[in-house]
Order: sequence, then C-alpha cells, then structure tokens
Amino acid sequence: MKQTAHPPDHRPARTPTGTAAAAAPAPARAATPRRPASQQWAAWAFLTPVTLYLVLFYAYPLYRNLDLSLRDYTVRSFVQGNAPFTGLENYGKILDDPTFAPALLHTVVFTAVCLVFQYAIGLALAVFFHQHFRLSATLRALFLVPWLLPLIVSASTWSWMLNSDSGIVNALMGTVGVDPVNWLTSPSWSLTSVIIANIWIGVPFNLVVLHSGLQSIPAGLYEAAALDGANAWQRFWRITFPLLRPVSAITLLLGLVYTLKVFDIIWIMTKGGPADSSTTFATWSYQLGFGNLLPAFGPGAAVGNLLVVAALVFGLVYIRVQRKQALS
Amino acid sequence: MNRSTSRTWWKTAIGVLLTAIMLFPVYWMLNVSLTRDQDMRKSPPDLLPLNGTLAGYRTVLGEQLPYLATSLVIGLGTVALTVALAAPAGYALAKLRPRGGGVLGFLFLVAQMIPGIIMAMGFYAIYLQLGLLQSVPGLIVADSTLAVPFAVLIFTAFMSGIPRELLQAAQMDGAGPWRTFRAIVLPMSRNAVVTVSLFAFLWSWSDFVFASTLVNGGAHEPITLGIYHYIGNNNQEWNAIMATAVVASLPAAVILVLAQRYVAAGVTAGAVKD
Repeated sequence: MKQTAHPPDHRPARTPTGTAAAAAPAPARAATPRRPASQQWAAWAFLTPVTLYLVLFYAYPLYRNLDLSLRDYTVRSFVQGNAPFTGLENYGKILDDPTFAPALLHTVVFTAVCLVFQYAIGLALAVFFHQHFRLSATLRALFLVPWLLPLIVSASTWSWMLNSDSGIVNALMGTVGVDPVNWLTSPSWSLTSVIIANIWIGVPFNLVVLHSGLQSIPAGLYEAAALDGANAWQRFWRITFPLLRPVSAITLLLGLVYTLKVFDIIWIMTKGGPADSSTTFATWSYQLGFGNLLPAFGPGAAVGNLLVVAALVFGLVYIRVQRKQALS
Repeated sequence: MNRSTSRTWWKTAIGVLLTAIMLFPVYWMLNVSLTRDQDMRKSPPDLLPLNGTLAGYRTVLGEQLPYLATSLVIGLGTVALTVALAAPAGYALAKLRPRGGGVLGFLFLVAQMIPGIIMAMGFYAIYLQLGLLQSVPGLIVADSTLAVPFAVLIFTAFMSGIPRELLQAAQMDGAGPWRTFRAIVLPMSRNAVVTVSLFAFLWSWSDFVFASTLVNGGAHEPITLGIYHYIGNNNQEWNAIMATAVVASLPAAVILVLAQRYVAAGVTAGAVKD
C-alpha cells in the first residue's frame, strides 16, 4: 500500500485527439493542425528524464529480479555476480516447497475476504454519508485517517489492541462474556487478525471512491422512484447498485491489485507466523530474500515474480475495463 | 420542517457514532501513549488516560528525533525528485502529444501494479553492486518509484484541462515550449503540484518495505524503522512505542486538516473518471 497508489485515468489526455478527429467535421480538424516536427522534439525532450527513469528504476530492477530468479545465488556469488544459470530450477523449488500451498491459500483468502468486507462496508458507509445531514462532509473526511496513517503505525496499534493478555479487544469481548482469543499467537487466528487490520485500512478508500460514484447518479431518478412508491431498499437495489456498477468494478479491481501485494501489515503484525499460518506470497518472498541469516534470493525472487504476473494480469483487466468505460 | 430536522439530527448522531468506531484504534494509540508503565498490563485496560504520563513522549524526544529528521529529508527529497520528473512529462503527454506518448502513459499505469516488495529485491541487487545500500539518496530514488507513475498520470490529467488558447497565445508571443511550461503551465498546475507533493511525501514518510531492505542498519534510518526496531528490542514500553506512532502520524494528521480536499481528490482521481 502504501500499496495505495491510485492510477488516475489518463483518458482526458487521449480522447480529444481520438474522438475529435473521428467525429468532428473537416473544418474542425483544420483547427488542430498536425503537430510540427519541432514539437515532437520538444515533447520528447520533456519526456527524456522520466523515460530514462522508467528504464533505470523500473525496468532494470524488474530485469534484475527476473535474473535473480533464474540463477543459483549464494551470499558470495550475490556480491561477485557469478551465480550459475539454473533456468527454472528456483520455480520448481518453490512449487515443491511445503510453504507453497498454504501461502497460495492464504493469499487467496486474505485478498478475497478483505475485498468483500472493504467493499461492503465502504459501500454501506458511502450510501449513508451520501445523505444530507450536519457534519456529513467533516465526518467523511475523518474516515480518511486510517488510510493516511503509516502502515507501521496501524500495524503496531492493532498488534497492541489484539494482545492476548492486555489488549482492548479481548477486554471488550470479556465484558460480553466471550473467552479471550490468542489473536496473533495462535495459528488458527493469525490470518483473521491481519485481515481485520487490513479491512480497517482499506475501508476509507472504498468509501471515498464509491461516494464520488454516488454523486454522479442523477437525483431525479430517486425522486421518480419515490413518486412510484419505491422504498429505500428498492431504491438502493434497483437504482444505486446497478448505476454504481462501473465504479464498483474499478474499485474492486484496484482493491484486488493492491490487496494482492499487501506486505507491511502482515509482516509487522505476525511475520507470516506462527508457523506460516499467515504467510502470503508477499511475505514469503520477503522471508526468503531478507528474513533469514542465509538469504535465498533466487527462490525469493521467483515467488515475487509469480506475484508480479498475478498483479499484471489483474492490472491489465483493470486497464481494459477503464478504457471500455471511457469509451462508453 | 420539525420532522425533517429531527430526522437529520439522528443521522448526524449515527454518523458520529460510526466515525467514533472507525477511529477507535487511533484514539487507542493516543490513550496507550499516555498510559503509565504500571497500568499498561492492567486487565481490563483503562479507557481514559486518567493517570496520564508524558514519559512515552519524553522517550520519543530522547531517542527518535534523528529518525524523524531522516524521514523529513527523505520525504522532501522524494517530493522534489517526483515533481521534477513528472511535471514536464505530464505537460508533454497532455499538450505536446508525441508519437508513442500513449504507450508511455500505459506503462505508468502498469508500473503502479508492480508489488513494492519485488521492486525492493531488484533495487537491493543493484544497490549492492553500486554501493548505494544504507544511503539516503538511494532510498529517495527507491521511494520516488511509489509516487512517480501516480504523479505523471495526475499531471497529465490536470494539464490536459488547461485551455489550448493560452498556450497558443504564449507561442504567438514567441515563447518556446520550455518557457510556456515554466511561465504558464506550471503556475496554473498549482493544485496538481500540491496533490502530487502531498502523496509523494506521505508515501515516502510511510514507506517500510524499501527502508527495511535498503537502509536497514545504516547510519540514517527513517522513522518507520525507528518504530520497528523499538518494537523488536522492547515489547514492554508500549507507551513509548505508541507515542512514537503518534508522532509519526503527525504529518498525516496535519495534511488531512490543512489539505483535505487535495487528499480526497488524489484518492478518487485514479479510480473513477470524474
């Protein structure tokens, strides 16, 4: 998060040429003359720094990571750079690793459960705060706090709240007669604990994005529905939810891409433990590369590359969906 | 009339309640930061810091100031680098429309999908060879990768809204692309610069992945590592840990109070078209 960069739409930059050229009649086209060659040069002069940056600090690290995953590295060969090429051996190793199946399962469960709850809670809150009442905007702004806090802050706060002996969560459960739970130290609860903390962090993003989606639904539709005698639930189910579908799709896809790579929260709260019970691909990759005295960079990079592939697949789906919506 | 005001009054009450529930962990962090050592293990814990102490904050001031200073330097460096790279790029993509610009814009969207932990591993391998591990400039460059794609896309979207006539008028007056950019586009893009700077600063201030892989154990570590080490070495003094957390959260709080609309704009800018 903060896996939480939010790719803005670059559509505004693109559509003017596309649609204007196609739809406008000939005179309009004459108004936007073909770009002269000098302007091409100027454009690329402005773009050169960022292009170099993209090559040096995105492409090259990714290439190094791919290279790492295809070689047999030891600490010494890592420094000297003469590790033997082993092809896909590292990938075979991680597939055979007893951690693979649980890490896959936890990644899927973590991502799915976080997404569902973040979206459902975010949507409910967005609908609630879409109403007009005093302080509505101020309270909505306060909801952004969890999203803005450094993850180490949120993670350590939740660690203390979920502490078995002195945590407030167990204390509150005690007042209603529920037995205390070893949230972070029992293998059956650790994944739930990190999911709870991550849902808390993700709700604000869903709330803000879905709320802005609600604002584009014409109020007239609700008035018409109210005249027809539709109750609140019918108005939500027949108007809000269907009209929000494009925004929901984008929100969920972005959430998917960002939840897939959540690392800080899990690492800080449980380090993926106890006994791999909250390990996901992201923490497993870090564990292999940096978590031990004897780093296994090759397999670590291999796990990481699987994660890259997954993130890219969903990322491309996201871009396709957003393009389609921009065209419609 | 009477009925409708009473109805919104209830909504405000529910809204406040929901906000209180959501922000409870933040309150709890504050509460624990003010709790005395001897009350820390009390069961049930005190809900209010009635016997409050500032001992935790005294510890922060004594031990964490260097970390905070490092984070400040890294944050400002990241902001400068991000804006310097992304603003000209946004201008070119929005207004000069070079051939291949669409592909570049697409690559920036894709760049945001790459998990930070993978970038960290690649950076580690490169920095190890270059001798850049445990260096502040190295961390600034790595942290900027969190913000640069976002920044380019924000600048592109924002600058494409600047009226073409203004730029053409400048051209008529003999201004070249660079002058047009400096004298017209950049001043008009103030809001975009603010939004980008806020997020670049917040993300680098909050970064844990790059810090823990690239500068761990170095002379200059950011506050995220300061807290992390503090928890690791010492899991008794939770008031000091939470006091550090409160202090580390201050930029986020300040930014939210001062620039709330920029934050909300930044959050939504990406996900939804208008």
